[in-house]
Amino acid sequence: MADLKTQFLGISSPNPFWLASAPPTDKAYNVNRAFEAGWGGVVWKTLGEDPPIVNVSGPRYSSLMSNDRRVIGFNNIELITDRPLQTNLDEIRQVKKDWPDRAVVASVMLPMNEASWAKYLPMIEDTGVDGFELNFGCPHGMSERGMGAAVGQVPEYIQMATEWAKKAASVPVIVKLTPNVASSVPPAIAAMNGGADAVSLINTINSIMRVDYDSLTMYPTTDGMGTHGGYCGEAVKPIALNMVAEIARNKETRALPISGIGGITNWRDAVDFFALGASNVQVCTAAMVYGFRIIEDLTDGLSSFLDDKQLALSELIGKAVPSVTDWQYLNLNYVEKAVINQDLCIQCGRCHVVCEDTSHQAITHTVDGVRRFEVIDAECVGCNLCVSVCPVDSCISMRRLTTGTDPRTGQPISDEKLQWTAHPNNPMRKTD
Amino acid sequence: MAGNSKIRSGRLSKAEIDVNFSDLHPPLTRSEALIEADRCYFCYDAPCTTACPTGIDIPVFIQKIRSDNLRGSARTILSENIMGGMCARVCPTEVLCEEACVRNTHEEKPVEIGLLQRYATDPVFERNEQLFERAPPSGRTVAVVGGGPAGLSCAHRLAVLGHDVVVFNRHSKLGGLNEYGIAAYKAINDFAQTEIGYLLSIGGIEVRNNVTLGVDFNLDDLRKEYDAVFLGLGLAMSNKLGVEGENLEGVINAIDYIAKLRQTEDKSTLPVGHDVVVIGGGMTAIDIAVQSKRLGAEHVHMVYRRGPEQMSASVFEQALAQTSGVTLHHWANPGRILGDDYVTGVEFDINGTDGGMHLDADVVFIAIGQKMDASGLNALTMDSGRFVVDEDHRTSMDKVWAGGDCVAGGDDLTVSAVQHGKLAAISIDRTLRKKNHG
Repeated sequence: MADLKTQFLGISSPNPFWLASAPPTDKAYNVNRAFEAGWGGVVWKTLGEDPPIVNVSGPRYSSLMSNDRRVIGFNNIELITDRPLQTNLDEIRQVKKDWPDRAVVASVMLPMNEASWAKYLPMIEDTGVDGFELNFGCPHGMSERGMGAAVGQVPEYIQMATEWAKKAASVPVIVKLTPNVASSVPPAIAAMNGGADAVSLINTINSIMRVDYDSLTMYPTTDGMGTHGGYCGEAVKPIALNMVAEIARNKETRALPISGIGGITNWRDAVDFFALGASNVQVCTAAMVYGFRIIEDLTDGLSSFLDDKQLALSELIGKAVPSVTDWQYLNLNYVEKAVINQDLCIQCGRCHVVCEDTSHQAITHTVDGVRRFEVIDAECVGCNLCVSVCPVDSCISMRRLTTGTDPRTGQPISDEKLQWTAHPNNPMRKTD
Repeated sequence: MAGNSKIRSGRLSKAEIDVNFSDLHPPLTRSEALIEADRCYFCYDAPCTTACPTGIDIPVFIQKIRSDNLRGSARTILSENIMGGMCARVCPTEVLCEEACVRNTHEEKPVEIGLLQRYATDPVFERNEQLFERAPPSGRTVAVVGGGPAGLSCAHRLAVLGHDVVVFNRHSKLGGLNEYGIAAYKAINDFAQTEIGYLLSIGGIEVRNNVTLGVDFNLDDLRKEYDAVFLGLGLAMSNKLGVEGENLEGVINAIDYIAKLRQTEDKSTLPVGHDVVVIGGGMTAIDIAVQSKRLGAEHVHMVYRRGPEQMSASVFEQALAQTSGVTLHHWANPGRILGDDYVTGVEFDINGTDGGMHLDADVVFIAIGQKMDASGLNALTMDSGRFVVDEDHRTSMDKVWAGGDCVAGGDDLTVSAVQHGKLAAISIDRTLRKKNHG
């Protein structure tokens, strides 16, 4: 079994799976249960100033579900910890003492004045925490008070608060970023310039889940009124992966360690984050949907995968980053065609109808009077829509054309790469 | 049956019988239906729809279940098949829509289309929610002879299209085989009548019960009096075995007994034999064999003259008989029914051999098919004793359409009868409107 022991900013943990700052890490009770289940570390639910904030005593969560009620996406309007600071500090101290091999990082959210940071960070560090995570990400409630995402959306504020935190702390400082921005890169640069040791992302995305079809109010509500929450869970993973990869491949930020967060439910999701540049990962929603024992598959699955690939975890990190580029650098001479494996085809015809209705009319429904779905190479643009909708695993695949001509364009297949930057149709093309 | 003390009622308590005659396929809960509906791939030009004799757009009705749009789902079903509630219960889906389901190829387990259809339509009947609207009155009136699935389907579609209809029904209740011929556990809680009540609530359909063609009225009068005539006569006469002993007491037409069984509220009062032999290999044979067992008969043997593959009862139905405790025998021909005053047994010849088989019996059910009572109808072209019709279900006689089991070339299924009635109604409507404008 591959060794999953991880050093992230010098913080060691038996595996790279930490529980993200969220309800699962609000109290010693939960954290003890998590460590018993095998989690490598926790980012303790965000601490703030005393007196503590107040949460609503009505619905804080709601979910987007499939028909068999599997949770696809998840929304919350819970704020930071609503317990007295001292209670949290006492518990953190005890937990760190009881679980010396696990990572315990304190998430913090403080007002935008240096004095607060100078006052609270040393108090918290005194509990023995391994590091800080600055919560510049929460998009609801706290942002109305000038904290959370309100900071994370302004790079100057990120840098300023990070500088204050670094001045007050001696343990590593991670800056947690909000996805509610056009690009994750400027906030990451700001964090780096402020002295952050790492960034973690993504926090949750502004969201309203739906309306109530009886009352025609938004759903859920607190006494008839609702507010946007933060969206997370499996549905947000692709958004998170893009933001992680953007930081990992940007030449200014590529050296910045990343803790990946967003929809990680099984070990494969974690592989996505590692390969796109994260050095460790944080999980919340999957635990809130299934409980802590999902750690079993996360660690075991990752270990097996690394064994199969004969890779160390450190070698996996960033492996896929070089494959991420801008559209303009894609090879426009590259040609693929879809191929339908007739032995696997169950004849549902979905590939045909979606190609016919919404794409390129490149799949038959009848051949010689018989129901049969075949790709018409002369029409296929290689768009992968059929692969994306086929209900049968591996039934439709993409085949690269390497010789001859493309039956669609009549153009010869070329070995030369042709990027948009040099394409004759590009009026801005670079000419030598 | 009074002569034979082995035939008696009360073999099982009413409570036991209530359990035995409860819903064969209990309805899906909402959770079950949503999960099952999720299994539908929403196929293009869906094979299930092609396999449905009434052409219900199955992927669309299932998609509507997924979004809790049950009224829309029911409309999709009932607009093609007004008896979609009964068909959801009695269709041999394993040889129709569910056999065609592409999930069979994927995982050998089709989407449970029949149960989903029932889930979508049940609320409409429970609330008697009208989903259809009649077209403006055409001023035309059509005579429908027969109150079974074909006749009622025809009547409903004609009513929707704006015509008035008079249904002539030889029984005291409408429904035909839905009311008198379907095994009781397939349509519990008087569902046939609930569905008919719903069907008639469209309006414009006058029902005349207890009137028989050729006895109380004749076809020529109908043709004179009405703008068109639809014949949905069914098969009113049972075939005879033609062997010695067929007239002994205790030899019963399965159809007659099933009808009696369906009309008996407290089934523990029905006379049931100790040793029951059923002769036949179709759905009726299965129905009477299984129901006999469920009424408390000790031994039930079902004997068919050919092999399991030739049985018109589906594989599912054959398995149902076996799991219900019925013993199936194949390749055996009844040679003689034994007994003096009443039946005591049956002797069979084993096909292809010199051997024979004896079965004790105090009741013998004959279920070897029915035929049409064609008396007085010789002017219409027939094939094998059934009406020849064209694709629009016109008979050879002007102004006369026909459908259901009484037409040649059919498969004797409720769902096909419904389709015949629907197609005939559409053709009648087209013909009458041409006359209006011509």
